[in-house]
Amino acid sequence: MTLIKTKIDRRSFLKSSALAGGGLMIGFAWGCNPAEATKEAPTAWFDINSFITIADNGDVTILSPNPEIGQNVKTSMPMIVAEELDVNWADVIVKQAPLSTAFQRQVAGGSQSIRSSWNILRTAGASARHLLLEAAAQEWGVSASSLRTENGYVYNGSKKLSYGHLASKAAQFEIPEEVPLKDPKDFKIIGQSKTNVDLDQIVTGKPLFGIDTRKEGMVYAAAVRPPAFGTELESFDDSEARKVNGVLDVVQFGDKIAVVATNTWAAIKGKKAIKANWKKAGNLESTTDHDKELSRLLDVASKESLKREDGNISQAFKSADGVLERVYEAPFLPHNTMEPMNFFANVTDSKVEMEGPIQTPQWTQSNVANALGRKTEEISIAMTRMGGGFGRRLYGDFAVEAAQISDKIRKPVQLIFTREDDMTAGTYRPASKYKFRAAYKNGQVVGYHLTGAGIQMGDSTRSNWFPAGGIENYRVDSHNVRSNITTGAWRAPITNFLAMAEQAFFDELAGEMGVDAVQLRLDILERAKNNPVGSIDYEPEKMIGVIKLAAEKGGWNNGNASIAKGFSAYYSHNTYVAEVAHMSQVNGQPKLDKVTVAVDCGIVVNPEAAINQVQGGVVDGIGHAMYGDFAFVDGRPQADNFDKFRLIRMKEAPDVEVHFVPGTNHPTGLGEPSLPPAGGALANAIAKATGRRVYKIPFVQQDIALG
Amino acid sequence: MASYTLKINGKQRTVEADADMPMLWVLRDLVDLRGTKYGCGIGQCGACTIHLNGNAVRSCQLPVSAIGEAEITTIEGLSEKGDHPLQKAWKEHDVPQCGYCQAGQIMTAAALLNRNSRPSASEIADASHGNICRCGTYNKIKAAIATAAEM
Repeated sequence: MTLIKTKIDRRSFLKSSALAGGGLMIGFAWGCNPAEATKEAPTAWFDINSFITIADNGDVTILSPNPEIGQNVKTSMPMIVAEELDVNWADVIVKQAPLSTAFQRQVAGGSQSIRSSWNILRTAGASARHLLLEAAAQEWGVSASSLRTENGYVYNGSKKLSYGHLASKAAQFEIPEEVPLKDPKDFKIIGQSKTNVDLDQIVTGKPLFGIDTRKEGMVYAAAVRPPAFGTELESFDDSEARKVNGVLDVVQFGDKIAVVATNTWAAIKGKKAIKANWKKAGNLESTTDHDKELSRLLDVASKESLKREDGNISQAFKSADGVLERVYEAPFLPHNTMEPMNFFANVTDSKVEMEGPIQTPQWTQSNVANALGRKTEEISIAMTRMGGGFGRRLYGDFAVEAAQISDKIRKPVQLIFTREDDMTAGTYRPASKYKFRAAYKNGQVVGYHLTGAGIQMGDSTRSNWFPAGGIENYRVDSHNVRSNITTGAWRAPITNFLAMAEQAFFDELAGEMGVDAVQLRLDILERAKNNPVGSIDYEPEKMIGVIKLAAEKGGWNNGNASIAKGFSAYYSHNTYVAEVAHMSQVNGQPKLDKVTVAVDCGIVVNPEAAINQVQGGVVDGIGHAMYGDFAFVDGRPQADNFDKFRLIRMKEAPDVEVHFVPGTNHPTGLGEPSLPPAGGALANAIAKATGRRVYKIPFVQQDIALG
Repeated sequence: MASYTLKINGKQRTVEADADMPMLWVLRDLVDLRGTKYGCGIGQCGACTIHLNGNAVRSCQLPVSAIGEAEITTIEGLSEKGDHPLQKAWKEHDVPQCGYCQAGQIMTAAALLNRNSRPSASEIADASHGNICRCGTYNKIKAAIATAAEM
């Protein structure tokens, strides 16, 4: 048992009050972390923006401001509350909060949902339990310390009172200065697998997703957008579109044309019948041009590009026993959520009602307000379940479009992207290249220089992460190339490719140095742990932990010699992951059988769901390393559907075996961290199996096949 | 526009539609069965899989005029109480992440089990290869189909 503060000075993170209609309500600030509270705690930590309620009938509800995109927070968050409150977890339900500007971190992104809510959810649950104990103590005329709680009841010996019975009375008590939190060894719910709370509805096909939204009087719209980045609308002819059965209207909004119809099919047919002319309005960029520019920048190191410098790399390279230099390349990638972008909007004179799958409702609200010239308080956004996010639904362009269309036609409308729209009007993972150089002497890496360059990517590096701190002479440079192609976050931004490149490089470097690939990483980490060069933003100890666990579980040092193994390890989103890819030969073809994964994400809240996240991340990383390809010619995307963009399928997906490092640390993210190391593990297994190194994504273009 | 009387999940439904309207949109927009999902519109992803006389078909490639007397089953009609062995196995393995592709996955697997009650691991993978799961739940889908086959 540990005590956690509920206040700083006299300011409280939590507020108790009576629930209208009877019951107890605990308000708290989502994202607040009482365990780290100091006098300088941010003001936002005191802004009540979420609630746990216990009704007179015993129902427990938490209002979650965080959207669900498949990362399972709708299940794991109530588990945390139920644990500290001591109720049956199935009796806690999560309601998705509608957009409220009071919500501080109403975002699903960066694998931070659980991390940022862990302490406050526990504290809120524990505070409610404390008040219920006080209420019971008063009713029985005994001391609260003589009572215990279990499954929604307060017990006094064998006598018991239900939380529902006590809830209204409990609302009269003050939240104490400190409340006890459970010792993790006493957890009964956290650490036990609980199935997805929406599972029944998913397997029976109930309407849950944004695309399933239906409203009174709703019409359907599909839109024509510029076919290439750098072009704009010149003119269009909608006469054929208007002849399509079911088409109600054709409207121009900005540089785009919407076809409005009585059903989705008619809208799509009408859209295809629009004849539009486009004119050049900016650079028409091609992948071949990007390639040249990125390659050129890899040889540039300047004051502007410098991200970090320790020691003197040129000296280290001069006096080395050997030097290795390699370049790695990756293309743009679309997100390809299975549910294409869509949104509902109903713009009227008094308000703007919106509903759909969005990771950033608050930002979207202000974007809609700007686009329509309306006040933010007139705009409501309800969030639906999302058919995947991967970063795409951080950008609310599709919601703004729906609002613009509804504003023009003044009807409730659902805008739907066809798959072609979704793939060609994206916010892509930026194309990038990395050059790694390493100098070694006497079996040690003595110099290291990473140069990254990306298209519209910002900083393409993570200069304070591995191997920072473990190499005496170390330099990182990064170059950004401006572009009119929209880019953005894509699951594990930056690291989704940086990690593959880095981990493939270390594998090849170990081979050149004649040392074991795992041992090389451990040597660098020991240095970073015991005597770090400069400051670092990761914990070498935890990295060492997952590397050793993966090596052990994956049989790195033993096992079947006919299996080629590739090792990879990466830290991202506060979580440490190491992977061993196992590759066999079937009819002379490499086959990826299995990936063994070790993960340190602190306490595992919901193990089966956590395994699911890790497996998915690995499959995603393997799939995009193998098949991800997305080029531009004169601003025009070269793939627009799944016949031209290949996604990994069942027969190509390896078995993924997941091991968690046991621990009691605060839980960290899981939606992303297993993805970054996967491509490197695959590349290294390919090298072992075939003797060939792969430097460019997609691997399938390098005559590599799987399965 | 023409009138079509269709047998969907054991019930007669009459719709007014153009002959070329794919069953996907008939189901979603005209008869309010939204469990069948739009993914690609070109028969590549499997999200729209339904049964036509018990066989798995891509409803985005199936014009309403081609149905005739054939019996259509959608995810909503796979079982009356959500207790088809696959639905039970899906829950046992807690398969979905985002959940969007899962109706199509289940319908594909159900058609497999209709014709092969004890599929091998490779027969399962062959049958499901046409259904994309962007979240990468393939390990769990495979396991759940194998479990359902045991029921």
